[in-house]
Amino acid sequence: MPAPAAKKPSLPEGLVAVVKRDCPTCCLVEPVLRQLREVSGRLTVCTQDDPSFPAGLRAVDDRELEMSWHHAIETVPTLLRVEGGVEVGRTVGWNRKDWEALTGVSGLGPSLPAHRPGCGSLSVDPDRADALMARFSGGKIRSRRIELASLEDEMESLFDRGWTDGLPVVPPTEARVLRMLEATRRAPDEIVATVPPDLAPASVEKVAINAVMAGCKPEYLPVVLAALEAACTDEFNMHGVLATTMPVGPVIVVNGPIRRAIGMNSGVNVLGQGNRANLTIGRALQLVIRNVGGGRPGEVDRAAHGSPGKLSFCFAEDEEGSPWEPLSVERGVSAGVSAVTLFSGEGTRCVIDQKSRTADSLASTFAANLRGLHHPKLVFAFDAMLVIGPEHARVFRDAGWSKARLRAEIDARLQIPWADLARGAHGIAEGMPEQFRSETLPKFRPGGLLLVHAGGTAGMFSEIVGGWQSGPTGSQPTTKEVRP
Amino acid sequence: MTILLDPTNERTIAGRTLTARPPSLQGKVVGLLNISKPRGDVFLDRIAEQLKATGAEVLRFTKPTYTKPAPVDLRHEIAGKCDVLIEALAD
Repeated sequence: MPAPAAKKPSLPEGLVAVVKRDCPTCCLVEPVLRQLREVSGRLTVCTQDDPSFPAGLRAVDDRELEMSWHHAIETVPTLLRVEGGVEVGRTVGWNRKDWEALTGVSGLGPSLPAHRPGCGSLSVDPDRADALMARFSGGKIRSRRIELASLEDEMESLFDRGWTDGLPVVPPTEARVLRMLEATRRAPDEIVATVPPDLAPASVEKVAINAVMAGCKPEYLPVVLAALEAACTDEFNMHGVLATTMPVGPVIVVNGPIRRAIGMNSGVNVLGQGNRANLTIGRALQLVIRNVGGGRPGEVDRAAHGSPGKLSFCFAEDEEGSPWEPLSVERGVSAGVSAVTLFSGEGTRCVIDQKSRTADSLASTFAANLRGLHHPKLVFAFDAMLVIGPEHARVFRDAGWSKARLRAEIDARLQIPWADLARGAHGIAEGMPEQFRSETLPKFRPGGLLLVHAGGTAGMFSEIVGGWQSGPTGSQPTTKEVRP
Repeated sequence: MTILLDPTNERTIAGRTLTARPPSLQGKVVGLLNISKPRGDVFLDRIAEQLKATGAEVLRFTKPTYTKPAPVDLRHEIAGKCDVLIEALAD
């Protein structure tokens, strides 16, 4: 289908009043409009519902609401003053003082009350607003329009076309996509990233379509855009994260004021279900990779098992309750600036320690649990993210341990003797190849352990998210600021 | 009537035909691309031996990492120098 044209009708010079018959205040000011027509002569009346109203004033027919929509009329009556084609003043409802000031005419409507509020403009009527937006601003949409047959079920048609991740998606209508696009200052045709595996350019508009499908509210869009930018860097290597036989996907950690502004969860059940922003932002990223990038399971996605997190894995850090600086600040973003950090991660596993009351003891628990990551005899090839719960973090706060101290203490406990790592050692063929022989080897490469503070306030638990092939030959944690 | 917007990249995938298979590798240049998985070299060393025994010339190439697509320059070099390419996984 062709894109509808979006041309803004120009305003006539002088005074312009927008009215509707179905508004008592508009009827009330009818004599004032006549008075203005007689006095100034340069009054144009636009009527939204009945071109014969007001009688005898040869009103401009705006039943299509084109003039009203384009000039953001929210209330009737609205009186505009136009000079040189530009609106220089406006007043809404009836207020004698304001009307007199705007028109420069005194003694308006002497028998009328001094003021009376107006009514809602038909151009903002909830029943019509979506259709009007699609009609009048749909021209900026470039994507192919797909007309469904009347008997076609919307939900089923999206499954049939292969555009879902296995769960139903919200049908991406023009109105929904246009509302989504309102949430960013970036132009719809701006290219956000080149998306693997097909290396296809993703415009803001394509991201918005997939964000609608994922169930995002418009205010989530800037986070989705930042996450996509981070995913499609050489450092993060989304191609490899997608194509690998390992069960990893992009894990998104959100920092900064946008977490609270869009209602993200960083507390109870932070890695679970129930929060729309957490769930749909991660899902939107994966839908862009599927639909724009062409990354589908069984095709370029070769995961042996995958993980539930590949549907969506996104959460906010609990910065307010944290003893430490936020992850984003640690990674170079200014405090108070919103950012996403992407980590290529698998599912989660719980670290239980309800007895440790000293930082040393709890650090040893973390080390013991991290040691077995992927395989107890494989080291420094995989990063990990440790999501530390508030009751565990409290132990380190009480001990005065910084985040750097905790990381150093864990690393010190994870210098593993070669005798435990060599292939064949302990009767297990898997292990480190001879070329890495050394007295001890570290479980994690320097900087390979990310620490994030999140979770409910009850429960002495933390969570480990195992990583994928780490470093420049694999995937590196990647941080991007969230831009409006 | 519902109108939806296409969430895909709207590309039409170009169809490509396979290059004709040579009837014999005698005198042909065979490229062996090691994608840098562990022990890929062991596998390819053996393949190289066998190919040379059939009279093929063997050139060896290595991807910087198996996790990313081969760099464009490497792909061009292989296309320019080889008649045939074998890409090796291993693990």
